[in-house]
Amino acid sequence: MSKITNEELLNSIKAKFDSDVTNISEPFGLLTLETSREKIIALLTFLKTDAVLQFIYLTDITAIHYPEAEKQIGIIYHVHSLVNNIRIRVKVFVADGDVKMPTATVLWNGANWMERETYDFFGVVFEGHPDLRRVLNVDDMTVFPMRKEYPLEDPNRVDKRDYFFGR
Amino acid sequence: MQNHPVFTDNDPQNEYSTLNLGPTHPATHGVFQNVLTLDGERIVSGVSTIGYIHRAFEKIAEHRPFYQITPLTDRLNYCSSPINNMGWHMTVEKMLGIKMPKRVDYMRIIIMELARITDHIICNGVLGVDTGAFTGFLYMMKYREDVYEIYEEICGSRLTTNIGRIGGFERNFNKIAFDKIHKFLKEFPPALKEFEALFNRNRIFVDRTRDVAAVTAEDALSYSWSGPLLRAAGVDYDVRAMEPYSSYEEFDFEVPVGSNGDVYNRFLVRNEEMWQSLRLIEQALTKLEKEPSDIFHADVPEFYLPPKEEVYNNMEALIYHFKIVMGEIDTPHTEVYHSVEGANGELGFYLVNDGGRSPYRLHFRRPSFINYQMYAPMSRGMLISDAIINMSSLNVIAGELDA
Repeated sequence: MSKITNEELLNSIKAKFDSDVTNISEPFGLLTLETSREKIIALLTFLKTDAVLQFIYLTDITAIHYPEAEKQIGIIYHVHSLVNNIRIRVKVFVADGDVKMPTATVLWNGANWMERETYDFFGVVFEGHPDLRRVLNVDDMTVFPMRKEYPLEDPNRVDKRDYFFGR
Repeated sequence: MQNHPVFTDNDPQNEYSTLNLGPTHPATHGVFQNVLTLDGERIVSGVSTIGYIHRAFEKIAEHRPFYQITPLTDRLNYCSSPINNMGWHMTVEKMLGIKMPKRVDYMRIIIMELARITDHIICNGVLGVDTGAFTGFLYMMKYREDVYEIYEEICGSRLTTNIGRIGGFERNFNKIAFDKIHKFLKEFPPALKEFEALFNRNRIFVDRTRDVAAVTAEDALSYSWSGPLLRAAGVDYDVRAMEPYSSYEEFDFEVPVGSNGDVYNRFLVRNEEMWQSLRLIEQALTKLEKEPSDIFHADVPEFYLPPKEEVYNNMEALIYHFKIVMGEIDTPHTEVYHSVEGANGELGFYLVNDGGRSPYRLHFRRPSFINYQMYAPMSRGMLISDAIINMSSLNVIAGELDA
């Protein structure tokens, strides 16, 4: 369906950001790669402005928390090239205590609330964001609730805990 | 984006007033607050506050087995919950690598397109109400009721449907359901025609909506708009056509696009989408006739709950029932993004799985949330009455906005 393959897409990214993209995989045909905080905006700008690739549509920004990992918080961008009908997923991992990211609002206005949501739930500070406030939770909340250290309170169900099943 | 000149502090008239539009206001059709600074009737600036019905679905989903997440998706866009349900089922099926029988795909298309019609009925009906024409809304409401009766026949509930299961449907469509679908297909088109006749060339309606809140394609793309709003601005992005799921690639339908993204264009695009949905349902019914009539789920006993009679009388069914309910089945360590064309735009599910009984992380890409962020910037310079109809034609559903 798509006009360019993941391989061609990866090659054109590699030509510009050779060693800066790591952990390349293709789960369910969606090219996934990892880059660093320093390179993310350059990479997104390249994807958006390249005359062939034209990833003009920002689908989503979200985050994920791996408490055991060295770099705990992952920020995940889904970008879509409507012209070529191909998607790409870009991840950046940052360490807890230094959860800062450059903002993508310089590229897409739509990144505004997506970044506010990510800040709201994971505490990722997007530097340069025009209006970084909480968006869904109350303003005086002090925690970032989607992090794994805040378990959902469910006192009534103890029969389905994972340790009963050896997990 | 600026429709009208805005008075600045240097103007002789610089007394602004503040208006709290919402959180509960009859004109906003949901729980949204907008604090507007007004110069007379013109909006100088606005700040949107959302989150009034935030229910932390993404957090809850991390503690639920996959099949128990379906009722959460019901409550996103509750005007077209079957689309959300199907989107979630398809996400899990994609992750597990389940291939669906064609008949289930077609049944799903029927349900999803009916849901799209009900959603557009509400949006366009309410747009009529906000411009002063109550008739269309009441007239079309009957047909939403007809669709809800079809849901009732299939799954037993009406609004928050929880329709279908991972791996198919919980039961086959019965004869009454098919009769009701055929009845709807016969009765609805004349009504939709009348609805269009009531509005499309109605002088009052056209004057009220044309060139109101016009959005360029560049702005719409930059704000990541999707669905009828993006298409009204002239971008032909439809997930059903670009990345067909559930066998949409076998169907013949058109993706209507508008020209300047104003309220009138959005209205026309939604109306045309209802016609296309009717076409899709008709085609799906024709295709269904060629499929064996007793298939309504895939043959995946590890994930599809067996019927209750078998659970009580059959060893295997009892084992699978236990394993599914207790979350004993291994699932792959992977991540998957799947999106469907919801009534408001691209409804995406980003699922990260660590092999357990519930997702490690589940993120909903909610079109209402992303579409709504342009509302305050684009209201600048508008009249309040225009901002109200702009909000109704954005079709922001509070459940989907806040998740």
